[in-house]
Amino acid sequence: MARMKFVCDTERCIECNGCVTACKNEHEVPWGVNRRRVVTLNDGVPGERSISVACMHCSDAPCMAVCPVNCFYRTDEGVVLHDKDVCIGCGYCSYACPFGAPQFPSQGTFGVRGKMDKCTFCAGGPEANGSQAEFEKYGRNRLAEGKLPVCAEMCSTKALIAGDGDVLSDIFRNRVLRRGKGAEVWGWGTAYGSRQVGTPTVAAPKGAKS
Amino acid sequence: MKHTLWIAGLVMLLSACGETPQTLGAGKLDVAPYNGTGKSYANQDWKQGDKTSWASHMKARTQRGQDDYSRMN
Repeated sequence: MARMKFVCDTERCIECNGCVTACKNEHEVPWGVNRRRVVTLNDGVPGERSISVACMHCSDAPCMAVCPVNCFYRTDEGVVLHDKDVCIGCGYCSYACPFGAPQFPSQGTFGVRGKMDKCTFCAGGPEANGSQAEFEKYGRNRLAEGKLPVCAEMCSTKALIAGDGDVLSDIFRNRVLRRGKGAEVWGWGTAYGSRQVGTPTVAAPKGAKS
Repeated sequence: MKHTLWIAGLVMLLSACGETPQTLGAGKLDVAPYNGTGKSYANQDWKQGDKTSWASHMKARTQRGQDDYSRMN
């Protein structure tokens, strides 16, 4: 089993916020907490791009590294989850995360910051699969139901895709090859190998990274 | 007799001074998703509890549901 990953194709994202809505509805996420959101660059300018962002379930997650109570754990499928019974709500993870994934409810007594909440890749938490306790703390466990994250399954343009990393990279490579552009971007060679079909014919300048 | 009672009382008093374990790390162990939920509304295309069945089902679902080119052709 490869690692579970998200990929958002900025050529397809139309900023409909369907993924955000689906996530909030599926997990009954409270006001003020957004496990997923859509970020738009150059809004209103020709060539604007939108990308749906949530926890990327990093292979070397900085939130795990900085957590003082070690409440994070990684499943065999590569999903980064946390135990809310251990979390002390210190917020270190939110400073460490480059994607702004950790969220904190602010409706506690005296405005206290509550336990951290973030995208679970629809994999619940350490409570029993599909239990009421799991739903109340972490939301639905769709992976245990044989389903993929709802944000990706609901995406109308299939900009946001989720699942086995090997399958996702095949899907994305196929898209890039068919649309005839995108293989020139930084990182293509690292991800797919410099001799892949679709690699630009013009040789990269000396010393340039691909 | 009095001596025994005294010791028993002392033990009872001191038992309240014990500390609860404060081990670092996630307390509960998570159950793998392939074990399923045991509920009937789960997807029926795989066998709950079978890791291989779950993995191949998820791969197929990723491909079938998200790859437009294979879905339309």
